[in-house]
Amino acid sequence: MPSTRDIRRRIKSVKNTAQITKAMQMVASAKMRRAQQAALAGRPYATLMNEVLAAATAGAGEFTHPLMEKRTGKKRALILITTDKGLCGALNTNLLREAAKWDKDTTVFICAGKKGAQWAGRLKRDLAAEFSYKDTPQFAEARAISKFAQDLFLEGKVDAVDVLYTNFINTLTQKPESRQLLPLGEIKALEAGLEGDGATKALGEATREYLFEPVAATVLGNLLPHYLNYQVFQFLQEAKASEQSARMVAMKNATDNAKQIIKDLTLEYNKLRQANITKELLEITTAQMAMGN
Amino acid sequence: MAATLKLEIVTPEAKIYSEDVDMVTLPGVEGEMGIYPMHIPLMTQIAHGEIVAKKGGVDHYLATGEGFVEITGDRVAILTDMAIKADDIDEAKAEEARKKAEARLAEKLTDEETATVQAALLHSLTQLNVKRRTRR
Repeated sequence: MPSTRDIRRRIKSVKNTAQITKAMQMVASAKMRRAQQAALAGRPYATLMNEVLAAATAGAGEFTHPLMEKRTGKKRALILITTDKGLCGALNTNLLREAAKWDKDTTVFICAGKKGAQWAGRLKRDLAAEFSYKDTPQFAEARAISKFAQDLFLEGKVDAVDVLYTNFINTLTQKPESRQLLPLGEIKALEAGLEGDGATKALGEATREYLFEPVAATVLGNLLPHYLNYQVFQFLQEAKASEQSARMVAMKNATDNAKQIIKDLTLEYNKLRQANITKELLEITTAQMAMGN
Repeated sequence: MAATLKLEIVTPEAKIYSEDVDMVTLPGVEGEMGIYPMHIPLMTQIAHGEIVAKKGGVDHYLATGEGFVEITGDRVAILTDMAIKADDIDEAKAEEARKKAEARLAEKLTDEETATVQAALLHSLTQLNVKRRTRR
């Protein structure tokens, strides 16, 4: 049976924990709002870029680009976008479970975020590079990752590049998702989907013949890498939005749990306190009765 | 028949401009080009410079960064890393940004950093140019 003082001490410590998780929840929710806004703002650009590129590749005739080359080789690279920090629920666990499905022998990993790199190290996967990205992903960071992947592909070290990231669906749901980045096949509308509608927009009238100025090779040669960079950028933003919302939810649960524990402990404390008082009263009355007689 | 062009200017941060215009002038990589409605489909790149959108006899000026343009008979879609309306340009801020960028360029930088700073410098220079021209 713990004494009242023990219980008081426990209540205090749980209260402290609740305070911390509450603060973390606040921070995460502020960051989440910013991350969601960023992902949302980037959407028109992503959609338009998709339309343009779909139209361009369809309208360019015979044109092919090294980045579009399909090879039969088995070697793949996986860009694994995880978080840097923990305390965000099952987000990384789910993501890494997916990552484990990639064949160990033929895949090299390009990690963005510390958790992925740690995982690759632990499981002895082939880690090609580790990148970091900030709370608000910068385009330069995305460019570095994308450039590295493109170089690997162009040098023939890998024959395909995939991306595995957490797609932001809404505050409560985030889903690990993989996309093929290279070779660029037919270009589908990017599911920037903040609402996760996953609408792959039909690119109907993309069969128009286009004129290119200066020439198709130059324009597409500039457009394709930029498209890839931007896609990676969008993935980073999605991952960030997912991370912040997952963290917010995890911290909210922690705070709620702590509050519940405090409630239970307070009840127990009061019971014990009253039991003590009753016991003391009993003792006093008994003593009085003994004296009186 | 389309008598107007739908001009859309989009940056990664936001949709800057989306209106029906009579004509638009773009800073193409190989010189300025004017686009009227019913232009044949064209895909091209633009450089730093100014976009002039003519609408109902009034010219609207925008400063723009590098980007890509898709032109169809009734639409001009511009994807760029920067676009700002002349009226929204803060001259003092742009000037300050220019000075900062120039100061940074004087330091020792890696190639990557130099490229970023140079892009920033071009951005502010373009903004200043457009602002000064529209005032005249």
